[in-house]
Amino acid sequence: MTLELNGQPSNNIPAELSETQQFRSDGPASAATSRDVLLSVQDLHVWFELKRWGFLNAGHVRAVDGVSFDLHHGEAIGIVGESGCGKTTLMKTILGLYQPVQGNVRFDNQDLSELTTRDMQTYRSKAGYVQQDPYGALPPFMTVERILSEPMVIAGIKDRNVRDQRIREVLTEVKMTPVDDFLTKFPHMLSGGQQQRIVITRAMILNPQLIVADEPVSMLDASVRVEILRLLQRLQASHHLAVIYITHDLSTVRYFSDRIFVMYAGKLVERANVNDILRHPLHPYTQALLAATPDPDYRNALTHRELPPGEPPSLVNPPEGCRFHPRCPKKIEGLCEVEVPPNFEPAPNHYTACWLFR
Amino acid sequence: MTEKETLLSIEDLRLYFRTTQGIVQAVDSVDLRLGVNEAMVILGESGCGKTSLSRAVLRLLPNNVDTYSGDIYLEGENTMEMADEAFRRQIRWFKMSLVPQAAMNALNPVLKVGDQVAEPLIVHHRAEKEEARNQAAWMFEKVGVPVDFLDRYAFELSGGMRQRVALAMALITLPPLVFLDEPTSALDVLTQANIFNVLKNIKKELAVSFILITHDIATSSELADSVAVMYAGQIVEVSDARRFFTDPLHPYAQLLMSSVPKLKVEQEPTFITGQPPSLINPPSGCRFADRCPSAFDRCSEEPPVFLVDGQQVRCWLYRAKGVRA
Repeated sequence: MTLELNGQPSNNIPAELSETQQFRSDGPASAATSRDVLLSVQDLHVWFELKRWGFLNAGHVRAVDGVSFDLHHGEAIGIVGESGCGKTTLMKTILGLYQPVQGNVRFDNQDLSELTTRDMQTYRSKAGYVQQDPYGALPPFMTVERILSEPMVIAGIKDRNVRDQRIREVLTEVKMTPVDDFLTKFPHMLSGGQQQRIVITRAMILNPQLIVADEPVSMLDASVRVEILRLLQRLQASHHLAVIYITHDLSTVRYFSDRIFVMYAGKLVERANVNDILRHPLHPYTQALLAATPDPDYRNALTHRELPPGEPPSLVNPPEGCRFHPRCPKKIEGLCEVEVPPNFEPAPNHYTACWLFR
Repeated sequence: MTEKETLLSIEDLRLYFRTTQGIVQAVDSVDLRLGVNEAMVILGESGCGKTSLSRAVLRLLPNNVDTYSGDIYLEGENTMEMADEAFRRQIRWFKMSLVPQAAMNALNPVLKVGDQVAEPLIVHHRAEKEEARNQAAWMFEKVGVPVDFLDRYAFELSGGMRQRVALAMALITLPPLVFLDEPTSALDVLTQANIFNVLKNIKKELAVSFILITHDIATSSELADSVAVMYAGQIVEVSDARRFFTDPLHPYAQLLMSSVPKLKVEQEPTFITGQPPSLINPPSGCRFADRCPSAFDRCSEEPPVFLVDGQQVRCWLYRAKGVRA
């Protein structure tokens, strides 16, 4: 038996979707602020079809399964979760690289799935993407100058002088100076931190309104991580950018985001302001994540960490009810494994999908 | 730090590579001492020579070695005097083994993981296949992999499980010393914490010593008894974990420590400006002087190692407080 994963999510909506559909709206918070909402994700489902022998349907990987949130102009959010929880799929759907099977992504009140090819190109110039591995993201055979002018050529900026000027402007902004030293260099001639700056410059070059950063510092050394985070922070403030920062490392999110969303097995399980999440995590999964993140302290070596048993579930056959229940230390018998928890708001603007707060 | 019996002692170890641009001084005059059942962390940025150091000790060398000198005493025996074949037969896997970087992705995709874990026993200890498999099953239990995974292939396991398999493979011959090269850098927080729980258990139960090579300060504190900080091919500070994580001495170690984003403490992290020097023509004098906030004129001379209350530090700032080692 062979199982293959399609490159693109399936477009035919399978029958089981209607049963598992568990969309609940945010309530008043999303309605009140809809005026300055830049990006709105509603009940997003992105499923990938699994095939057996190349043509038989063998189920779906439910990478994103019912995610809704709003992102306002100039707001930075952090999406935290383990690998395989669907955070990268969510991000790629937001960038228009995957099509959702249900739900939609609205940018400036326009549904991405309704955009024409031409409008999609315009959208892509408004949404920049900072990749995880800078070396893998930069074409090795192009000079920095060519890498940076490419997006502008595609966006139709024909005047070479305009492009040159823009490149210089942004490179100066990310402190890659003197600019002339870097323009003719190839990616391998730059250090990891410099490569990541080029990736950021490329994302910024068309003056976007939204930046999606997928683990932008996880490949970098500790001593330059903070430098890159500060740079992103500065760009966000000076350009009034909306930023989605995706990571599995809770300790870097706090320096960057206004709100944190915690994702587990394709669903958002907790949403709140940074300090609320870090000081009063409500969902047992968030609590486990926080407990597992070490601060440098010699006492760590003396004790064992309490961790939830097992591993994240398969997204082909996720557990019934709450997806965390097989690992949850606070499981309520007869409830958690039966019904999917809706979003509760135990504290103002602090949402969690956990039955403990019913 | 000194109570424990010495297991490994490295003296003046050098490993230089020939390249078209010149000689790369990847490991330059390193002295280290590791006790029995001790876990030492070697911290450093990428390119500082920490992986080369482990390669030098295990004699896993590439073709372009220029200089390879110094003394490595393992259980009192100088392994540098051994011939390659004797080293392979008596030391590697028997006395020291390595969990290489990204080991979880290096498992053979067409072999069952149980067979792969048993292989070192069959090759080095001439064990019977049956016996080796039983030993592998026992080791799987120790590292927390379900025993029925013996017959699975690497692609059927999650990242955390594969990392445990790689660890089981390094431990199967029960060597007294295991090198771990970035064992958790590609793993999630929960899996990472899990692997460290396993390592703590193994350290206690099997009395193994670990040398953990990493750039991640926060997670390194999970296992460390002592810490060695490496910068540009040299060890700049060695101290026990308790002192290091509360009060590092070398300016580089201090800056590195304050660059760690912390979760539970309110503190803005900082970063170190500039870049580490090239190892081809490293600056004379202190190699960190260019980036050091407290550099002064003496730093143009090569700093010796000073002993400050049992902590070794290679920095002129401690010329008054410490004694020359």
